[in-house]
Amino acid sequence: MSAQSEESARTKLKIDQVSKNFGGVKAVTQVSLDVPEGTIFSIIGPNGAGKTTLLNMVSGFYHPDEGSILLDSQDVTRRKPNERARLGIARTFQNIALFQGLSVLENLMLGRHVHMTSGVLASFLYWGPAQREEVVHRRRVEEIIDFLKLADLRQQPAGELAYGLRKRVELGRALAVDPTLLLLDEPMAGMNQEEKEEMVRYVLDVNEEFGTTIVLIEHDMGVVMDISDYVAVLDQGEKIAEGVPDAVRADPTVIEAYLGADHE
Amino acid sequence: MSGETQFFVELVSNGFLTGLMYSLVAVGFVLIYKSTDAINFAQGEFCMIAAIIVASTMTLYGFPLWAAVGISLIFMLGFNLGLERFVLRPMIGRPVVAIIMATIGLALMFRGLGPLVFGAETRPINLPIEQAPVIWGPFFMSQIDILGAAISVLFLAVFGWFFLKSRKGVAMRAVADSHQVSMAMGINVERYFALAWMLAGLVALLGGIVWGNAIGVDTQLAQLGLKVFPVVILGGLDSIIGCIVGGLIVGVCEAIAAGYLDPIVGGGTKDFTPYVLMILVLMIRPYGMFGKPIIERI
Repeated sequence: MSAQSEESARTKLKIDQVSKNFGGVKAVTQVSLDVPEGTIFSIIGPNGAGKTTLLNMVSGFYHPDEGSILLDSQDVTRRKPNERARLGIARTFQNIALFQGLSVLENLMLGRHVHMTSGVLASFLYWGPAQREEVVHRRRVEEIIDFLKLADLRQQPAGELAYGLRKRVELGRALAVDPTLLLLDEPMAGMNQEEKEEMVRYVLDVNEEFGTTIVLIEHDMGVVMDISDYVAVLDQGEKIAEGVPDAVRADPTVIEAYLGADHE
Repeated sequence: MSGETQFFVELVSNGFLTGLMYSLVAVGFVLIYKSTDAINFAQGEFCMIAAIIVASTMTLYGFPLWAAVGISLIFMLGFNLGLERFVLRPMIGRPVVAIIMATIGLALMFRGLGPLVFGAETRPINLPIEQAPVIWGPFFMSQIDILGAAISVLFLAVFGWFFLKSRKGVAMRAVADSHQVSMAMGINVERYFALAWMLAGLVALLGGIVWGNAIGVDTQLAQLGLKVFPVVILGGLDSIIGCIVGGLIVGVCEAIAAGYLDPIVGGGTKDFTPYVLMILVLMIRPYGMFGKPIIERI
């Protein structure tokens, strides 16, 4: 919420005139967004509006047909996903994508992968630098475990956790990357009210405590309007509105395209 | 101990030793399957070519054992690194069947190239051990098998530890789990593919030496790939523990079949028992004893 009061926040993520087609389907058409640093920026829109496609282009799974994507003013349009992770982009997935066979702890430690430097042989032998490095990263992971209250679940296989917990572990794994830009693809989908409130609190805490810029895709309008600094609305691959929540809520185009009947 | 029991125990213990040597070769399949989802039909040929290089450099050029193993190791690592980089990496994202076909082509190529370059005769790999069997109480065990089993146990333990505990191993399991998510975590997936193929080359060399020492080195050694297939199916394609247990079961069943059925039917049961086991397992648990059932979400 802080960014609104600041004079001119730096642009963390700039999406510039980006388009993506799949065969004849125009998934995203000429969308531009400026995400100021330190804000929570939500992207909403009906199913099939191109939200996840846009997110996939930011994290590097898809390359845009046109336009460019800039992170901290640096053009990352052609960078691979693993390179973007190194630049500070982390994400969660719409369908939970934990490494099922791995424990919660191992999942989180994998988030630290980008920060680990020791080579194959050293890690094979687990000596010297590799061991020291492991200890440092383990400490950071323990902080995240405390932050997300996952202490009791450390050794549990991730695939066996309840749905809400898996979502939380996935958030933890993304946090372990120490991202400066966090992409959350429907982090509250399928949750009950209590779980949603919990997740909202974590998202706000991450934003406030770590100053992480968050791009959020979410269907729950109440949540979006509550926690976002800015909201952009996509419909059929095009951006139809953008601004602070109150302005977007009042925008007639949005009401027509998205909020529709249940706004009455 | 009666003669009957002693005979049985001897069969089982020898089956155990052979089984462990199967397990070592089987790990090669699992390494590739776990990280790339493909079955490497050239794994037996990898063992063969690695063993041929060791045996030939020793007998033809008079290298000592350690140097021959070193040369073979460098070749296997280099070859598999190149294979991943130039053949398999461009195939990422294509159907797995394409990769499998490529490995079959590779297998045939090795079968031709091995004898072409080094000659087709059978050569020994002589590890510095006695030929005489160990007699331990009432038991007879060949030292070659004991050494082979010991090497297998050692390296199975190392690979097990690597996968379960080491950071690279955990990352490799993550890659096996999901390429996409691994990439989002900043993991360079291609590098882990390369690592998997290099490890498969290393395992092939170990298997080649152990088996070459036991049965001699020629193109017949490539049959190991097919021989070990029931082990992998039995244990589960994605499980190292499965390799070990599968290897032991196949080794023991084979030995028992050879001991009891061969005299009745006149021999040869050893060669097909593993496949009977494999078919049984495929009927009951198609993903193997330790493999994960795959559930596709639609």
